[in-house]
Amino acid sequence: MHDTKVKLAGDIERHTLTVLVDNEAGVLARVVGLFSGRGYNIESLTVAEVDAMARTSRITIVTSGTPAVIEQIETQLRRLVPTHKVTNWTSAKAGIEREMALVKVAGTGEKRVEALRMADAFRARPVDTTQASFVFEITGAPSKIDSFVDLMRPLGLVEISRTGVAAISRGPDAM
Amino acid sequence: MDKDDTLTATQAAETMTGAQMVIRALKDQGVTHIFGYPGGAVLPIYDALFKVEGIEHVLVRHEQGAVHAAEGYARSTGKPGVVLVTSGPGATNAVTGLTDALMDSIPLIVLTGQVPTHLIGTDAFQECDTVGITRPCTKHNWLVKDVNELSRVLHEAFEIATTGRPGPVVVDIPKDVQFQNGAYHGPQAIHHRTYKPKTDPDLSAIVKAVEMMAAAKKPIFYTGGGLINSGPEASKLLRELVDLTGFPVTSTLMGLGAFPAARPEWLGMLGMHGTWEANHAMHDCDLLICLGARFDDRVTGKVSAFSPGSKKIHLDIDASQINKIVRVDVPIVADAAKALREMIRFWKTQKHAVQADALKGWWKQIDQWRTKKSLDYRNSDSIIKPQFAIDRLYELTKHRQDVFITTEVGQHQMWAAQRFHFQEPNRWMTSGGLGTMGYGLPAAVGVQMAHPGALVIDIAGEASVQMTMQEMSTAVQYNLPIKIFILNNEYMGMVRQWQEILHGGRYSHSYSEALPDFVKMAEAFGCVGLRAEKPSELDGKIQEMLAVDKPVLFDVRVDPAENCYPMIPSGAAHNEMLLSPDDGGQISDAGKMLV
Repeated sequence: MHDTKVKLAGDIERHTLTVLVDNEAGVLARVVGLFSGRGYNIESLTVAEVDAMARTSRITIVTSGTPAVIEQIETQLRRLVPTHKVTNWTSAKAGIEREMALVKVAGTGEKRVEALRMADAFRARPVDTTQASFVFEITGAPSKIDSFVDLMRPLGLVEISRTGVAAISRGPDAM
Repeated sequence: MDKDDTLTATQAAETMTGAQMVIRALKDQGVTHIFGYPGGAVLPIYDALFKVEGIEHVLVRHEQGAVHAAEGYARSTGKPGVVLVTSGPGATNAVTGLTDALMDSIPLIVLTGQVPTHLIGTDAFQECDTVGITRPCTKHNWLVKDVNELSRVLHEAFEIATTGRPGPVVVDIPKDVQFQNGAYHGPQAIHHRTYKPKTDPDLSAIVKAVEMMAAAKKPIFYTGGGLINSGPEASKLLRELVDLTGFPVTSTLMGLGAFPAARPEWLGMLGMHGTWEANHAMHDCDLLICLGARFDDRVTGKVSAFSPGSKKIHLDIDASQINKIVRVDVPIVADAAKALREMIRFWKTQKHAVQADALKGWWKQIDQWRTKKSLDYRNSDSIIKPQFAIDRLYELTKHRQDVFITTEVGQHQMWAAQRFHFQEPNRWMTSGGLGTMGYGLPAAVGVQMAHPGALVIDIAGEASVQMTMQEMSTAVQYNLPIKIFILNNEYMGMVRQWQEILHGGRYSHSYSEALPDFVKMAEAFGCVGLRAEKPSELDGKIQEMLAVDKPVLFDVRVDPAENCYPMIPSGAAHNEMLLSPDDGGQISDAGKMLV
């Protein structure tokens, strides 16, 4: 499922990339420094160790640029010494992308009821409830989270925490 | 797979201190020279070095000089350069040299001391975040906190610096790690689990490339520093490929010497200060064969007007260079020598032949461009023209086979590139990518260390040379008879030239009002000082310089108003060159924005 909008203004495209790296000191700084140093954009970034035995981490980056810039980003990432593999889910069209968000909404009366109803429709689940507030946990494509946040805005939206995108390939094979 | 699994079982570890491991690893890697400067955080390594034979340490006067000297050493030998400096200011002073080496793909191993691990992050004396500061200006770097990791990291550092696209690496070693005992493993045990540079060419790309070469009517080889980095074999193979095809050859600043300037196929350097024939051939060609170059902005000029009618083949060992600036039709990601060998093999086995008639017409066109004589200048009887000075230096040294030229950055560098003709690779050391004023003098120190009997000349400007002048003291200490040939025009010449062309002749702060007396200065350092003010005395003084077996500082007083031509003004195309001041400077507003 590809809910992330690919075509942006002009010939700018949004792409989701995953970089599998050795989990060594400073590896995230290398990746992030490459983006800032060469003037590339980072829309979201998700990173965690995925294999403690092999000491590998998986970094998923949502970025944007012209097709030539996206190609440069991929080859520059491959050039980093601790990089195992780089996958472009947007070009490959074979990935699933998901993001999780925690959304805090405060209010009473009709707005509170409406917020709970909307959350139910989006399969967002309250993970903290007080008489004056909810914290909803919502998972899905980034665009679904965007829509949910927009709906919560007039209903007393207080704060949002988003994880950034995690991506994985469809079918039986690894990236 | 764990890293430890890759260690060969038969490899018995030896126990020693971290400092001893550093020296042992250097010896095991065949290092014979290191350039460095001691300080608190590297004292254990210096202590280990004190007792060692077979490694000569060159004490510089500033850490930037150590790195440039190591660059000169590396560029002139094909071996990696090794640098040893202390923490904090030792490391930060090395940053310019590291960036320079990264831009020009020079293999360096820079070892930095660090404060002890328990003090890291406390703003300790002479502490800085060396790996953080040097991350963007190295190919890779490491902070080694565990002495048992040190030998693996050191050998890995050599492997990464010298293979694939070469570059500088930094190993930051805290002082307590230098004192600790640990297990040392030799170099053959290292197999990196992610770093596997691709050096063998894709044969289908080679086949396509040679077919395009056989079909080409107006081909050109555009060669670069990658041919030098690949080793002398690549230069030999290029000559063979030109023997087979008869195609014209031009080169970037970094690639000079890979193809002999004496051969008829040589068009001279291309780019901003390249020859008329090289740039026009690049613009009009129908097949551009780029070998180990990276379409730098000094070469392409206006990218949208760059070689508009050509098919393009791009050979580079670094995949990220493909399609970075200019989109190409056939990319070949490989080591230059390996790819050239396959090109020659396929050219022969597939019995390819060139388009002989078309090539004849192409050469006729090139010969017509050559009649422009774009490197000509108006000489003078009364004042030394900088071009004349370089011509005389070349004429009086060209009989020697062992001449190595380094340069600083600016007009003198371009004149040297245009007029000092190289027949062999590894004889020309210059700061191309970063354009580092102050590179040439310490680089000459490094070259002379590697080639004791050779003639090593730093063609310099009086502004650049003052940036690293203190390394004359190093040259004296190690009896290095380097020749510093200063084209002294009293200006930052290239800055002045741009101010003249782009900023209405307003020479804002580009005139050095208080120059030292270079002759007295040379004497103060223990060198020989010479000065020439008239064209008539130039040859005699050059001979005097060459005859002295000591470092010489030669102050050649040249015409302060001379500009470097030909020139492609910023933002212009290859066929919009200026040949002389009479051509005027029609620079677009967009062009003024460029550097």
